[in-house]
Amino acid sequence: MENSINERRVISVIVLNESSVLARITALFAGRGYNIESLTVAPIPESDMSHITIATNGSAKVMEQITKQLHKLIPVYKVIEHEEMVEKEMVLAKFPITEHLSDVGALCAAYNGGIVNVGKEMIIAMVADEPNRIKHFIEAAQRYNPSEIVRGGVVAIER
Amino acid sequence: MQMSGAQMVCEAIIAEGVTTVFGYPGGAIMHVYDEIYKQNGFEHILNRHEQASVHAADGYARATGDVGVAMVTSGPGFTNAVTGLATAYMDSIPLVVISGQVPSQLIGTDGFQEIDAVGISRPCTKHNFLVRSLEELPRLMKEAFYIARSGRPGPVLIDVPKDITVDIGEFIYPDSVDIPTYKPTYKGNKRQIEKAVEAMKDAKKPLLYIGGGVVLSNASDLVRELAQKTQIPAVETLMARGVLGAKNPLLLGMLGMHGNYASNMAMSETDLVISLGARFDDRVTGKLSEFAKYADIIHVDIDAANIGKLVDVDYPIVGDITEVVEAMLPQLDGIDTDRFEAWRNILNRYDELHPQSFVDSDDVIKPQWAIERIGELVGENAIITSDVGQHQMWAAQHYPFDRPRQWINSGGLGTMGFGFPAALGAKKAFPEKTVINVTGDGSILMNMQELVTAAEYKIPVINLILNNHFLGMVRQWQTFFYEKRYSETDLSFQPNWKALAEACGGIGYDVTTKEEFDAAIKDAIEQDKVCFMNVAVNRFEDVLPMVPSGGALFNMMLPQKVEGK
Repeated sequence: MENSINERRVISVIVLNESSVLARITALFAGRGYNIESLTVAPIPESDMSHITIATNGSAKVMEQITKQLHKLIPVYKVIEHEEMVEKEMVLAKFPITEHLSDVGALCAAYNGGIVNVGKEMIIAMVADEPNRIKHFIEAAQRYNPSEIVRGGVVAIER
Repeated sequence: MQMSGAQMVCEAIIAEGVTTVFGYPGGAIMHVYDEIYKQNGFEHILNRHEQASVHAADGYARATGDVGVAMVTSGPGFTNAVTGLATAYMDSIPLVVISGQVPSQLIGTDGFQEIDAVGISRPCTKHNFLVRSLEELPRLMKEAFYIARSGRPGPVLIDVPKDITVDIGEFIYPDSVDIPTYKPTYKGNKRQIEKAVEAMKDAKKPLLYIGGGVVLSNASDLVRELAQKTQIPAVETLMARGVLGAKNPLLLGMLGMHGNYASNMAMSETDLVISLGARFDDRVTGKLSEFAKYADIIHVDIDAANIGKLVDVDYPIVGDITEVVEAMLPQLDGIDTDRFEAWRNILNRYDELHPQSFVDSDDVIKPQWAIERIGELVGENAIITSDVGQHQMWAAQHYPFDRPRQWINSGGLGTMGFGFPAALGAKKAFPEKTVINVTGDGSILMNMQELVTAAEYKIPVINLILNNHFLGMVRQWQTFFYEKRYSETDLSFQPNWKALAEACGGIGYDVTTKEEFDAAIKDAIEQDKVCFMNVAVNRFEDVLPMVPSGGALFNMMLPQKVEGK
């Protein structure tokens, strides 16, 4: 029953950059009972298209349906089911200024980031890394009493 | 040419060759109706409910194969149309529905009769548009018609804010459409087709499984040729009735929950399913793990998402049935048709063992008799529409459909109230044909206001009400599965059908005997008026065979054997 094993997958959807196209995509996921773990969207430079990256999970059969149903939407140009990809996610975290700046800086550096803003009471750090490493960063960051953490969602590109 | 947005809407409809529009005016669409008043390029039929307008456009589209057009106002006008859109969507019917919307600057302010039409209709249309500027209106109208009729057809909604219908601009209707993200696949993969043909030649017990896609693709003649050339037996889905023709010796009948014995057994025992434009609906397959358990599957469908959605497919072919079957036919030259003779004989024996039969009665009209009788009386010449329930299944089982587009019913969504307005659409398309809506005493009341429409426009359709004083199909399930607790299905309280029809400008017949039945049909065909033919039928008649929901196709509840048959 390899078909029924739920697997995490990342899909890129290239769409015409028109109004309500994102609503069509998310409504399709909601209406057909598919999961969205994360979703990012931004225009593709110098084109009338946008790139949507969706992290989802499901069995092989469900993944095939997701791809086909997405492709059926009129403004969808291309659906890429990533196999060999470079995948990154960004996260911003806010720490009290009373924490050790050098420790926080070292932690962020270990996860491909650094301190990006220092205010009177807070410092803001940014890291960008693979999603599972982002999870580890967030765990590790807990000891520095973060007051707020914002994850950016996955972006991916086929190798 | 300079004109208003409202005029552009009308000019686009005319440019598309549409001759009949069904609709209902209201505040937001009034400018368009003002232009309808001034033009004579198409006729407008005023239904008495927006749902009926969309069903009528749908019936028109199913009868002709052309795009049906309906027009409604914003808010409740649009929400009433939603059931019509969903009905067309589930059966892949090409429609363009134009809805009024509040003026652009009021959108999002909860204005009077404002509702998010594109939001609500997103899951029940093939595509929809909210027009954002006058400049894009002609292009979007063109795209709406193109999207509706191309690829896998479907309904398209175009929502036009009122201010855009007032604005004046240059009207240039595009000659062609170029949507870079929408390129339907028509031609099947050559290699896959070759492999599928080889599989057909190698099979011992192949079966053609014919779906509504064959009707939509206008491929019936080709599919008849395919069956004839290969001598492969065939089953039809509810949506494909008429494709092979009732007299075709290769046609076993309809398969599925209310399919006949031979069809369901054929699907259970076949070693190669050749699926043409069918989508393995749960009402067809029954228990999936037992469905065509011993078969390889060839699946031809224009919609790639249908392939592999429910069953695993061995020979997937994405393409238009017409193109794919055209490619298959020459490759099947010299196919050994004797090879399937033993298989055909087995299936014929199954049919002799349990034919599609019923026990007739001299005391009461049996609904199956009524269907077979209209088949004898009007047969090939009629278009049969239906509502949803027992009468629909009896019509599908017992009427001798000879050609595609002769049978019009709501298969996917199962919309009660569909049949009468759909009959109006079919009759507008083919005024010379007898159009009969086979309905029940439950369904007909769901759009009975169309009596007034039919009377006003002199659209003489016959509503054959198989009256069992029950919501019969639900009653049947209650009998079988709910220990005869007839919860809210007893329709003993009845209107005076004859008086009801007459009050709206139609004719009524109360029929209780076979003689009265024949006389009423004969009279109704000669009249130029809409009618209600109230036929009292056996109250507790069941639709059989029946595969209980979720059961395997070969586990059928069968009708009582008929002596001498």
